[in-house]
Amino acid sequence: MPTAVVPPRSSNRSWWRQNQQWLTPWLFLAPGIAMFVLYVISPIFQSFWLSFYDWDGLGEATWVGTGNYIELFDDGAFYTSLWNNVLWLVLYMLAVPAGLGIAIFLNQTVRGIRLYKSLFFFPFVISQVVVGLMFSWFYAPNFGLFYKLIEWMTGTGVAILADPDLVTYGIIAAGLWPQIAYCMILYLTGLNNVSPDQIEAARLDGARGFRMLWYIILPQLRPATFIAVVVTVIGALRSFDLVSIMTDGGPFGSSRVLSFYMYEQALSEYGYRMGYGAAIAVILFMIMMVFISGFIWKMVRDEKEGY
Amino acid sequence: MFPRPIEQASAPSRIAYQVALPIVLILWLLPLIGVAITSVRPSSDLAAGNYFGVPSYLAFENYLDVFRNSPIASYILNSFKVTIPTMIGAVALSCLTGFALGIYKFRANIFVFFLFVAGNFVPFQILMVPVRDLTVNMGLYNTSLGLILFHVAFQTGFCTLFMRNFIRALPFELIEAARVEGVAEWRIFWFVVLPIMRPAIAALSVLIFTFIWNDYFWATVLTTGASTQPVTAGLYSLNGQWVAAWHLVSAGSIVAALPPVMMFFLMQKHFIAGLTLGAVK
Repeated sequence: MPTAVVPPRSSNRSWWRQNQQWLTPWLFLAPGIAMFVLYVISPIFQSFWLSFYDWDGLGEATWVGTGNYIELFDDGAFYTSLWNNVLWLVLYMLAVPAGLGIAIFLNQTVRGIRLYKSLFFFPFVISQVVVGLMFSWFYAPNFGLFYKLIEWMTGTGVAILADPDLVTYGIIAAGLWPQIAYCMILYLTGLNNVSPDQIEAARLDGARGFRMLWYIILPQLRPATFIAVVVTVIGALRSFDLVSIMTDGGPFGSSRVLSFYMYEQALSEYGYRMGYGAAIAVILFMIMMVFISGFIWKMVRDEKEGY
Repeated sequence: MFPRPIEQASAPSRIAYQVALPIVLILWLLPLIGVAITSVRPSSDLAAGNYFGVPSYLAFENYLDVFRNSPIASYILNSFKVTIPTMIGAVALSCLTGFALGIYKFRANIFVFFLFVAGNFVPFQILMVPVRDLTVNMGLYNTSLGLILFHVAFQTGFCTLFMRNFIRALPFELIEAARVEGVAEWRIFWFVVLPIMRPAIAALSVLIFTFIWNDYFWATVLTTGASTQPVTAGLYSLNGQWVAAWHLVSAGSIVAALPPVMMFFLMQKHFIAGLTLGAVK
C-alpha cells in the first residue's frame, strides 16, 4: 500500500495550523478587549485631549491649550471640591479599622451568628441612593432621629446637611456605613483562614488581646487589609451618588467633590462645559493614578512571586 | 480562632455577649429600621408630629400610593432591562478573557491582564464625556442598550480579574490531559473548563446584578425620563417631587432596595465568595 501524505485541503487551513498556537488566546480575548478599548481605554485618552478644548457638546470645539487648567487654578469651587476629596480619603479610611472591629466582635460561633453577620453586611447591598435617602431622613431638621438625639443631648438640634461646615462630614458618615460593612466581610473571611496553630502557640507563650492581634493576627490578615484599603480608596474618590442625592453639592456648593463638580460643569443646566469638565476629570484621574500604580505595582510583585 | 471562643469565657461574659449582639445590631441598622417604620406610617401621623411613636396603624397604602401615583413600576422594569442583559454579557465575555489569560502563556498576558485590572479602577468621570458622546453618536442615548453596552464593557475589567484568578486555581493537569487527547482548544473551553467554572459564574452573576442595579451615575449620564431610567435615577427625581413626604420616600426606597437584597439573601454564599475572592489568597 503506497503511503500518501494527505495534502492540505486548502491553504487557508494550513495557515490556521501554523498560527493556531499564538492566535488562540487572542481569539478568546478579542470580544472582551474590543469592548474594553472602545468604552474604557480610548475614552481616557479622549478626555485628556478634550481637556485642551472649549466645547459645549454640540457645536465646534475650540482649542484653548492649557486654558481650562489655568482657569481651574483660580476656581474657588475647585479648591473646595479638592479639599473635600482629601477629607473623604482620610475619613473613609476609618472604615478599615471599624470593619476589623466589627469582624472581631462577630467572629464567634454562638447560635444565629450567621444571620447576625448577614444583617451587619446589609448596608453594602443597598444602593447608595437609598443609603443617601435614609441618612437624609436620619439628619432631617426638626424630626430626624439624629437631629433629635443632638437636641436631647445639647439642647439645640443641628441641621447637618444645611450647615456648610458640617455637611461633608455628614455625607462621609453615610458613606462609611456601607463601606464598614464591606471591610467587615473581608476581615470575617480573613479571620476564618487564620492559622489556629499559630494562635495556640502564641497563647502558650502568653500573648493575649491587643498584642495577639497586632503580632499574630494582623500579619496573617494582610491580604484582606490590602483589598480593604484598595476598595476604600477607590470608593472615596468615586463618591458621587451620596453627594448628588443628599445635597446636590450644597449648601452653596460646600459639599461638592471633584467627581460631582466635574459632572456639574460638564452637564449643568446653565450650558455644557465639556472641556472644563474633562480638565477636572483629568485631575481626579491623576490623583487616582498615584494610588492605582501603587496597587498594581504590589499586585505585579505578588504575581511574579506566585508563579 | 481569634478572638477566643466565647463558650470558653465565664458565664457573665457569655450572657453579656448574647445581650450585646442584638443591641449593637439595632444601633447599626438604626437608619434602615427608621426608614422601614416610616414607610408604613400613615401620613396623618407625620402631620400630627408622631415621628417616632408606634404608627397609629400599619399604612401599607403608602406602598400602593407609590405604585399608583408614580412611575416606579416602570423604573423597576427598566432596571431589570438593563441589569439582566449586562449580567449575561459581562459574565460571557469574561469567561472567554479569563480562560485566555488563565490558561495560555504568552508574552503580553500579564500586560493585558493588568490593563483590565487598572481600567477597572479609573474614576468614572474620565470616561463620562467621551462615553456619552459615543452613545449619542450611535443613536443609543436614552436607551437601555446604550447603558447595557457600557456596563458590559466596564464590568469586563472586574470580571476578567475574577475569572482569571479562578481558572488559575484549577488543576492544570485537566487541560493537559485533554490536550494530549487531541481535543480542540475551543472544545476544552466549552466541555472541560466551563462546567467547572459554574461556582465562579454564579458568584459573578450575583455581584454584577447588585452592582448594576445600584448604579446611579451612568443612569443619570446616559438616560433621561421615566421611559428608560432605572430605579436609582428614578428615585432621585421622585425625591424632588415628594418634598418632605417622607412616608412615600421611605416606601419608594424600600421598593428600590428590595431586588438586590433578595438576591443577596437567596445567593448569600456565592455573593460573599465573590466579594472576598483574592482577599484570602
